[in-house]
Parts: sequence; C-alpha cells; structure tokens
Amino acid sequence: MNFLAPELMLQLTMLVPVLAIAGILLTGRSENVREAVSIIASLIVLALVIGLYQNFTAGVPVAVSWFEIMPGLSLSFRLEAMGMIFALVAGVLWLVTIFYAIGYMRSHHEQNQTRFYACFALAIGSVFGVAFASNLFTLFIFYEVLTLSTYPLVTHAGTPEAKKGGRTYLGILLGTSIAFFLFAILGTYFVAGTLEFTEGGVFPAGTSTAIGGALLVLFVFGVGKAAIMPFHRWLPAAMVAPTPVSALLHAVAVVKAGVFTLLKVGTFIFGLDFLNTLPTTDALLYLAGASVVIASLIAMRQDNLKKRLAYSTVSQLSYITAGMLLATEAGITGGAMHIAMHAFGKITLFFCAGAILVTLHKTNVSQLRGVGWQMPFTMIAFLIGTLSIIGLPPTGGAWSKWFLLSGALEADQVVIMGVLMLSSLLNIAYLLPIPVLAFFPPADGAARPAIKEAPLPSLLALSFTALMCLVLFVFPQPLYELAASITN
Amino acid sequence: MIVHLSVLQVIIPLMAAPACLLLRKRELVWAFATLATFLTFAVSVLLLSQVMQSGAISYEMGGWEAPWGIEYRIDMLNAPLLVLISGISAIALLAARTSIENEIPENRHSFFYIAWLLCMAGLLGITATGDAFNVFVFLEISSLATYTLIALGKDRRALWASFQYLVAGTIGATFILIGIGLMYVMTGTLNMADLAQRLPEVENTKTVFTAFAFFIVGVCMKLALFPLHLWLPNAYAFAPSIVTTFLAATATKVAVYVMIRFIFDVFGFEFSFTHFPLQEILMTLGIAGIFVASIVAIYQDNLKRMLAYSSVAQIGYLILGISFASQTGIMATLLHMLNHGLMKGALFLSMAAVVYRLGVANLSQMHGIASRMPLTMAAFLIGGLSLIGVPLTVGFISKWYLVSAALENGWWPVAAAILLGSLLSVIYIWRVIEVAYFKSVTESTPDVKEAPFSILIPLWILVLANLYFGIDTSLTVSVTQMAAADLFGGLR
Repeated sequence: MNFLAPELMLQLTMLVPVLAIAGILLTGRSENVREAVSIIASLIVLALVIGLYQNFTAGVPVAVSWFEIMPGLSLSFRLEAMGMIFALVAGVLWLVTIFYAIGYMRSHHEQNQTRFYACFALAIGSVFGVAFASNLFTLFIFYEVLTLSTYPLVTHAGTPEAKKGGRTYLGILLGTSIAFFLFAILGTYFVAGTLEFTEGGVFPAGTSTAIGGALLVLFVFGVGKAAIMPFHRWLPAAMVAPTPVSALLHAVAVVKAGVFTLLKVGTFIFGLDFLNTLPTTDALLYLAGASVVIASLIAMRQDNLKKRLAYSTVSQLSYITAGMLLATEAGITGGAMHIAMHAFGKITLFFCAGAILVTLHKTNVSQLRGVGWQMPFTMIAFLIGTLSIIGLPPTGGAWSKWFLLSGALEADQVVIMGVLMLSSLLNIAYLLPIPVLAFFPPADGAARPAIKEAPLPSLLALSFTALMCLVLFVFPQPLYELAASITN
Repeated sequence: MIVHLSVLQVIIPLMAAPACLLLRKRELVWAFATLATFLTFAVSVLLLSQVMQSGAISYEMGGWEAPWGIEYRIDMLNAPLLVLISGISAIALLAARTSIENEIPENRHSFFYIAWLLCMAGLLGITATGDAFNVFVFLEISSLATYTLIALGKDRRALWASFQYLVAGTIGATFILIGIGLMYVMTGTLNMADLAQRLPEVENTKTVFTAFAFFIVGVCMKLALFPLHLWLPNAYAFAPSIVTTFLAATATKVAVYVMIRFIFDVFGFEFSFTHFPLQEILMTLGIAGIFVASIVAIYQDNLKRMLAYSSVAQIGYLILGISFASQTGIMATLLHMLNHGLMKGALFLSMAAVVYRLGVANLSQMHGIASRMPLTMAAFLIGGLSLIGVPLTVGFISKWYLVSAALENGWWPVAAAILLGSLLSVIYIWRVIEVAYFKSVTESTPDVKEAPFSILIPLWILVLANLYFGIDTSLTVSVTQMAAADLFGGLR
C-alpha cells in the first residue's frame, strides 16, 4: 500500500468501512457475497493500517484537516503513537472478528445479519476516527457515532431483555457524554482556547488547579466508555449482544475508545505536569483502584460466563485509567500497552465463550466442567487468554502490568501497587478455575464425550488471538517503542 | 425597484392574498401562492445580501420622513429572520398541496392559501418595520390569519385550540398595545429609533416602567414563554400539520425578535437590565421552561404535541440566551432562532408526512413504521439529533454558543443546566426512534407506503439544511455575530 500517500491512507482507513456499508447493504441478499465484502474491506483496512505504521516508524508526519466548523473547531486528524497502537489493534482484530462472526452468526442462525454487518463496519470506521482525531472535538464526534452505531448491535436479539440492556447502554453512554464529557470539552475550550492535542497539555501556565481538577473529574466520569465505577453498568448490560459484538466492541473497540480518550486527555490536554498538581487526581486514582478491586469481586459471583468477563473488563479498564492518573511516563506507557495486551487477551476469552455457546449451548461457568475434552483447542486458547489477563508469562499481559507497576512505584503510590497485586490474585481466583476445571473429568464419572469443536472460521480466529498473546510476550519491542514514544 | 425591496417583501404576499380569490381552481391558487412566496423569498435574500454589503437599509413609506411617516428598517438583526420566514414558508408550501389533501376539506383550500399568505405578510411586516405601532398592526394581521389556519384542522378540537389561542393572543396583543400607547404618551413618537432617543429622558417615570412591563409580558404571551405557553401545545397539535410546520419554525421566533428589538434597541440595555430585574426573571423562566416542558414532552403520545412541548423548551433556550445580557448570549439566541427554525421545520414536516399516510401522529400506532416509511423516519432521526445537539448538526452550533455564553458569564451551573436539558431531549427523541426502528411491525401498524415525493423533497431540503449549516457555519455565525455586535455597538 506504500504507493499511496500517507494522508490518503489515513482517510481511507476511515472511509473504507463506510464504503463497505454500502456494499453490505447492496449485497444483503446473498450471504456469501456480503461476507466477502466485509472480509475484503477489513483486509484493505489492515493493509492500510500496516502501511501507516511503516510510514510512522519512518518518521513521516501525517495530518489531514477536513473542514473547520467554527474558528478553532475543526474536523482534523493526525497520526501519533497512541493512535497508531489503537488503530493497529482495531485493524488486526476487525479482520479476525469478521472470520469469527461468520462462523458464529451462521451456526447461531441470527436474524438481521445485514444490519449487523453494516453497523459493525460503521462502528469500526468511527473507531479509526477516534484513533486518528487530532483534537477533542473530532474525537467527540466519532465517540458519539460509535455509541449510536453500536446500539443496534446490542439490541440485536430484539428480545425485551436486549432492549432493556440497550436502554441502559445508550442511557449511560450518551448521558455521561453529554452531561459531563461535552461540558468538560466546552470548559476546556473556554479556559484554554483550543482543543488541539498538544504535547505537554493545552492549559496556559497559571490555570487555576481548582478548575483543572473539576474538569478532570468531568472528563473521567464523562468518558463513560472507560467504565469507571459508578458508570460501569452499561458494560454488563451490553452482554446481551451477540458474542462477536461483545468480543470486538465490548472488549476492544468501544471500551478501548474510552480509555484511549482518557489517556489522550491526560497526556495531551492536561499534560503530565499539570495533572500532577491537580487536587482531584489522587482521589480519582483511588476510585480507579477501587473499581479494579470491586469489579473483580463482583466478577467472582457471576455464573454467566460473559457477565463474568464483562466485570473483568471493567476491572481491567480501570488499570488503564489508573495508568493515566498516575501521571508518570511509565504509567502512560503501561496504559497504552495494556490497551493492546488486554485487547488480545480478552477477545480470546470472548471468542471462546461464544464458541462454547454455539457448539455446546452452554452459557454458565458452572456447566463448563469437562468441556475441555470436547473442545480442547478452545479451552487451551482460553487458558492462554486467562494468563494474559492475569499478567503472567509467557503472555503479553505480563509486560503491560510490569510497566503499570513501575509507574505506580515511580509515583510512590504504594496503594495502587497493592491494588494491582491484589487484582492479579483475584483474576487468578475467578478466571483460572474455568480452564482448569474444563480439563477435569466430567462430573458423575460419565464417559468422556467425543471432540466437538467450534465452527472452523471461529476456531481459526480464536487460535490466532491466543497465539498473538504469546507472540506479544516474545516480541513486545515494536509495541513498547510505540508506547514509550508517546511521552517523548 | 431595488430601493423598494424592503417594502416589496411585505407587499407581495399581502397583495397576493386577495388575488387568490380571483383564481378559482385550487391547483392554480397553490401555484400562485407558492410563486408569490418564492418571490418574497428571493426579495429577502437580496435584502440580506444588500445589508451584508452596505449596512442597514431605511425605507420611508410613501416618502414621509422617519419620525412622522412609517419607516421600514432592515438591518443585520432582522434580515436573516426575513430569509428564514419566507424560506420556510416557501419550502412548506411546496409540500402543502399534498399535505392538506387529507387534512382540510377541499372547499376550504383556497381560504387556506389566503390565510397562509396573510400570516406570512404579517410576520414579515412585524420583522421589517421600524415603527412600534406598525408592529401591533402586523401582529394582529398575522394572529388573525393564524387563528383561521389553526381552526382549519380536521379534528374538531382544532376549533377549541384556535379559540384558546385567540383568547391568549388577544390578551397578549392588548398588553402590547397598552405598552405602546404608554410609550407614545410619554414620548410623542412611535418610530423605534426615535423612541430609543427620547425614552432615556423620561426613563425614571412609573409610566415608562409600566409600559415596559406591559409590553414585555404581552410579547412573552405571544412567544409562549413558560408559564404563558398554555395555548401553544393544543394549537400546534390540532392545527393542520403543514400549518404547524410553518408556525413552529417562524411565529415564535418573530415574537422573540420583537422582544430583543425592544429590550436592546428601544429601551436600551441600561434600562432593561439595570433598572429592571429582567436578567433574573428571564433566566429563571428560561431554565424552568426548558426542564418542565422537556419533561412533559417525554410523556406525550401524540408526536405533534410532543414536539410542541419541545418548542416551549427551546424557547426557554432562546430566552436564556437573552438573559445572559452579553454579546455572545444574544448571538447564541439569534443563532438558535435560525437553527431551531430549521430543525423544527424538518421535524414537523416529517410528522406531516406521517399524518398524511397514517392520519394521526400517535406513537402507539407507529410500531416499526421506519421499515414502511424509511425516508420520512430518517429525516425525523436527523432532525431529532439536531434538536439534541449532536455535532455536525445545527443544534450543536446553537448549544455550543449558548454554553460558551454561560461560561463567559461564569455561570457554570447554568451551563450544566443547558446540557442536562439536552439529555431530556435525548429521552423524548429516542423514545420515538426506539418505537419506529426497533419495535417490530405489529397488526396495529397501518399498512402504509412511503410518503409522496411532494412532501419528501421539501422535507429533505430542510434536513440537508440542518446538516449543511451544522458544518459550514460561516454564514449563520458571521451574520448573527454582526447583529449582536450592532446591538451592543449602539451602547458602547
């Protein structure tokens, strides 16, 4: 793809998914053609993102401005390290998820599949918009598009339960974004006069720390997608969605758009130095720490596998929020790396949960004893994903946790260090028994059932993401370099 | 010809109205009325461009000089409003022929167009004139025409709604007349510019205070400021849909314009805001209006009535903008006047399309309607997003400037209130979206087709305007900025 100008590639990354929607809607009658459109689009996008990455490592600056709505308020994009990480993760995982979804949606005989793939493409397009946005205004627009385009996916089943979940989802995400996030953006614009992401922050020297502190609170609560408590309830509610949605959107795209926004705001709107002086930073940091622990405790009590994973996500997202609030370079690096590491780990777990659902029709943890003998590949992948979430070698999760810990150490936040350690233990307690029990002999001494694995496209997808968890442990260098260059 | 433009845009509809009587066939009447309206629209666009180039235009009626004769005065404040009124009227008339087929008995169609033209002439007259008494005259013309238009509604309750409005409107007009009369007593003049010069000499008299109070309360009645809004929901709900489209987009805006003109130009900033506790009153009523009306809107089944309550809430935003008593605040109000005209026009016109096919606009009968009328409901969705204030629509621009104005005054809680108001509008708009898009079609859903193109095309013109002016704000922002600067430049 290097024959294209990098500016063009950047715009195409956002536009190709949108164009794919037209293709998906037009070819909706024939399943195979429709899925082919999705696959081709995601292949193109992946190639574009990789092309962008090559340009980025070569040091080519990429910036595009579409139009200016009001003086100082423009829709424009710029490539920087954090956005690159997010775009790479989303680009790779979209392709994988499309494969997974094909297997899942067909064997689960879902309705309205055309609408499903179209909304999926729109959601991904807006994820790239969030990743590349060069100012808060642009980011906000795509953040909202992401909320609206995922609503039909959450309510996909059309049951009363799905609608109730959808209402919670939309209510919290849209509500916090308008009441707090937009308010914070307006306040920032009023105080700083700009919304451009700038190294070292935008607030002029001498800005009142009281106002800064208030704005920080508004940002942290306003970015509801980061699911800090008490605004986390939308995430478990969203688990009524089909599993591919939970996997890509509610383990990767949507939630990561939230913590990504927070990292961006912390680094490029406040700046680490200013962040350190604010009176509310510590309080919010402890709130994030509390979210980590409380969500883990709730996760332990969930028997529904997807719900348990959802609470685990709430807990893991607060790692990244905490990384930002530590306001140290290692914290930001760790947070940014954790975006990628957690994405691969958690998507693997969701893929596995969905695979178990479509092949064995089991949704609860208590039913999973012995399934490892029926679905050995799936459960091994589950084990690898679990290790990555816990943060144990030989999986990628170990690295991001390492940096988060050293960030906490740098900031002298012993409490947060303790929280991170405790959380690892809790993770072990509520995740590890699942793959372990799966390889116990079936209860009541029944004979081992024959192997019955997930549909092949799905199996390939979940094997790939599990493999990536291992690869990222051995070769974390490119990711680390990207993450470390954010603050330099 | 060019020098007479300012009066032409009132004269054209005023003369076209009786001329309609001569044309018997209703298609001819429609074509003639639409043509006249488009002519008026063209004139007002010319006027706006002229004002933007060379400043305010003063026109002396019959060649009598200003303080004695009637002056028409077009400046940055009213020129954009003239464009809005005639523009919305023209677009709505395009759809009117189809829309009234099912809503107004055939033998009354000619009357409908006549009343429409008179109503428009009245609204344009109020906006264009520089004479206080002339405001009252045109106000009566437009009001009487409006009562007729509302009473044309098919539902028999339209008569009652029209009567309700007639009572409220007459009280309002009487108050306005008393106010103008008292001003005349004290100054001996009716010309606005002249009034502005002479009022300061006598401003510390009880009579002037009384005049101001009567006038403002009268105008608030006409613009349906909470809690004087009680006539509005019924009038909007039972009037023929196309009438509601026109009135909701223009009539209340004109009243807000009169209020701004008198507060800032005639009585002056000093008098209105320092001698009078206007700021506190307007702010309280504005915020109360936003919340009460939005909450009531959430519980409506009839969507026309729901949108009517939403209009009352939006008037709260307009009044709030005035209460900031700052240049940005006024600018936000002016901007929101134009923008709200576009969004409510689009929303009510989409309801006109629904009523055309369904006969009613009740949410309980609209399950899954989006699969039957996709273009109509898509228009409603975009209009609704604009009402909420989602970026890239005009609503966002309005909200942005409103909140900026609040922050400029340091009124952080008010800024928060504005955003909370948006949240309420999310609820009442999303209620509709959920039913129309995500409820499956049931037996109670009427088996209908998409609305005809004669309604869809005007509808989508308005929808696209919502998007266009939400992205390219250079025209609207610069015009309102200049108008606000003019209003404040006169003082400082």
